[in-house]
Amino acid sequence: MQRIVLALIAGSLFGAGLFISGMTDTAKVQGWLDVFGSWDPTLAFVMGGAILPMAIAWLFTNGRTPVVGGEFPAPPEPKLGRNLVLGSVLFGVGWGLAGLCPGPAVASLSYGGWPHWVFFAAMLAGMALAPMARAQLDSAVPAE
Amino acid sequence: MINAIPTDWLFGLGGGLLIGLGGAVFLLGNGRVMGASGIIGGLVDGSGKSNLAERLAFLAGVFVMPALLFPVFSEVNTHATTNVAVLIAAGLCVGVGTRLANGCTSGHGVCGISRLSLRGMVATVFYIMAGGLTVVLFRHILGVI
Repeated sequence: MQRIVLALIAGSLFGAGLFISGMTDTAKVQGWLDVFGSWDPTLAFVMGGAILPMAIAWLFTNGRTPVVGGEFPAPPEPKLGRNLVLGSVLFGVGWGLAGLCPGPAVASLSYGGWPHWVFFAAMLAGMALAPMARAQLDSAVPAE
Repeated sequence: MINAIPTDWLFGLGGGLLIGLGGAVFLLGNGRVMGASGIIGGLVDGSGKSNLAERLAFLAGVFVMPALLFPVFSEVNTHATTNVAVLIAAGLCVGVGTRLANGCTSGHGVCGISRLSLRGMVATVFYIMAGGLTVVLFRHILGVI
């Protein structure tokens, strides 16, 4: 139960932050990416603001355990594979096209109107197809 | 002095702090990395069965808070495109891409960079560069978005 309440609090903070920061506004996101247009630096403030408490939280994990028990996630192996690069490029293309990424896609559903539901449905379809895409890719060109 | 700073930047900073606090609660409370694509993707491909309720509770918060705040900021507009082909193509790219890369703006960007993860930093450089090139190509050269 504690785990679920904490997840709800975390999600609520995340959702409120996305809304207040303007990251559910596709014009602000595309404005950040549009270095040849009227460039909008807001996203840098959002990232900076978010990284600060998060960095403190990571430092705080040292020698402690999570409230609900268990262990903190170990640092990932510093391995830069093809899937990381290819996936991030693909993600960036979609992010640029619509100005939405997964968090804001959920946060904007309640008030953004039908285009947000179309994007969200397509994103879920993409996520459902991802394991197949990964398998295809791995059999065609082994990752390592 | 404070008047010299655009309001959007201050809202960006304040909202960003809330996003980071959310990530801190999820990490210190549940011992989990707050990555939106991973939390959603685990529900879609079945890999998140073991902590289904936690994922749904998180997403409920993400969905509901803006709905509660929206009436307060009634002038808010998401400026989303109404071009269905663009929306579908973009959604598919974001869905496949974030799962292939194991993270998006929240997981790789916020949570990864803040722990100085090389993977997070490299992913962030690539999706920002790809996003920038996409906007240049589709807005300034092709005029589609």
